[in-house]
Amino acid sequence: MSVFRRNPLNWLYILPALALLATFVVYPTLWTIRMSFDTGQGLRFRKFVGLDNYVRLLTRDKFFLDLSEFPPSGAVINNIIWLVVFTSLTVGFGLLIAVLADRVRYEPVIKAVVFLPMAISFTAAGIIWLFVYSPDANTGLLNAMIKAIDPAWKSVAWVGRVETVTYSVIIAAVWMWTGFATVVLSAALKSIPQEIIEAARMDGAGEWHIFWRVTLPMLGAPIAVLTTTLIINVLKVFDLIYIMTRGGPRGASRVIAYTMYTETFEAGKGGYGSAVAVIMLLLIIPIMLVNLRRFRAEEAER
Amino acid sequence: MNARLSRLLSNSTLHVLLVVIAVVWLVPTVGLFVTSWRPRPDIFGSGWWTAFVTLRFTAENYIEVFTAQGLGQNFLNSLAITLPGTILPVLIGALAAYGFAWLRFPGRDWIFLIVVGLLVVPIQMTFVPALQLASRLKLTHSLLGIWLVHTAYGLPFAIFLLRNFFAALPRDLIEAAKMDGASDLDVFGRIVLPLSVPAMASLTIFQFLWVWNDLLTALIYVQDPKLLPMTVGIAKLISTYGQEWHLLSAASFILMAVPLVIFFSLQRYFVQGILAGSVK
Repeated sequence: MSVFRRNPLNWLYILPALALLATFVVYPTLWTIRMSFDTGQGLRFRKFVGLDNYVRLLTRDKFFLDLSEFPPSGAVINNIIWLVVFTSLTVGFGLLIAVLADRVRYEPVIKAVVFLPMAISFTAAGIIWLFVYSPDANTGLLNAMIKAIDPAWKSVAWVGRVETVTYSVIIAAVWMWTGFATVVLSAALKSIPQEIIEAARMDGAGEWHIFWRVTLPMLGAPIAVLTTTLIINVLKVFDLIYIMTRGGPRGASRVIAYTMYTETFEAGKGGYGSAVAVIMLLLIIPIMLVNLRRFRAEEAER
Repeated sequence: MNARLSRLLSNSTLHVLLVVIAVVWLVPTVGLFVTSWRPRPDIFGSGWWTAFVTLRFTAENYIEVFTAQGLGQNFLNSLAITLPGTILPVLIGALAAYGFAWLRFPGRDWIFLIVVGLLVVPIQMTFVPALQLASRLKLTHSLLGIWLVHTAYGLPFAIFLLRNFFAALPRDLIEAAKMDGASDLDVFGRIVLPLSVPAMASLTIFQFLWVWNDLLTALIYVQDPKLLPMTVGIAKLISTYGQEWHLLSAASFILMAVPLVIFFSLQRYFVQGILAGSVK
């Protein structure tokens, strides 16, 4: 014990990190919270307005949240669609591929192919999918494929239409993240003791039955971890929107993180943009608490 | 016989399904890749899949993107941003992680908890004040500003990951070295770091890809047009030229080349890095 002495020099190890974090993360975060209660014209403190920005965002900004019509629309609603559709498709495909690939010898090849999109940037992925979605049936693969089946098909501008744009971008994101889900779930799958599966098989259970009653329940914890990770990433989605749609057409594909960027840096409304950032933070905090609790539980085990 | 036949059938269904999945996942990328090597008139006249018949290919798109569109400079800028943007957070993070794992000072565990808490502060919370600070210090017209913010944004995760790894190293080993009179810097450099190569490698790869692929941070903190990285350069190509696929496809593959090389050469660390980094 005696060799681990308190020594003022010990601070030197953490000081550079703390200085950078204080300057570029902690101080800015406090500043932004304060700014969210200000008009913030020109990104400076101008006039304290209390909760005005929040009230305006949640009640009078059709691009942020519009509940006056059915179906509701706006960046918040789009983020909810992202959350549900993106998360369930990514987990679903990841699970499917992990389970199927587990049964063949060329598993590493399948996993590598599916994981590859994770390496590239959202910028490149956005362009890859813009090309797939191209409305010109000569060049756009998706339209060309549908046209090959149905010659009467009229090409659709998948990212140019209000009804299809959000789902089209979500598909690109699912394509990127499924490999991640596959790798996580495949590792979890391999840690299930083989005896349990064998025992069920001996009892005459079919493969389908084994999957639903034995395998899936044992994947509960990893699926939960995977889902929280995906949700955090959904709330931060920005690059794909910026590359593929710029929030359009007519604001139909905006999400919360994209709104923060445009309100702050394109419209110059510091207070308004800050309020959006604070809303992002508030949405992420509950997920952070889940993750922190998990981290502490892991610590306690050691 | 019947059982064998049905197993054969279900096995072939399995293989067909997996092949279909692999094809679906590869085709979008292959399509753009083929396109990047086709002459411009061909790209707009016919689908990329017909290139396997016409077999007309050219490197012209790449030459044009690199020279006329200035993506060559963007490529160098990406490197100039990414190398310090990777080395700084890994080094500073490793030092701090060692401090949190093996040194004693008042409030250590509380400070560590706060640092971990910062993991989930979205970077959007920091943009405006950090940008103002950076421009007041005249950092936005050099790369120093973006190096520092990438370092700060990467630190919570680097510290979180490395501290956990360092703390799991055998206590006896470190105690024994200290008994023999090793200083903390010795212990850090000669024992902790060499034993932590897997964690350091994963973190380095993750941070490298994070910075290389980053668009948002560069959009905000790099204001000198001569210093823009590839991601921003390509985003500008889209807004200037709309859907000029011969340029966009070649540019995308130049951007993708670096991550793909890392993927194929360091796949094991790469997968670990992405998995570990995904909490960020």
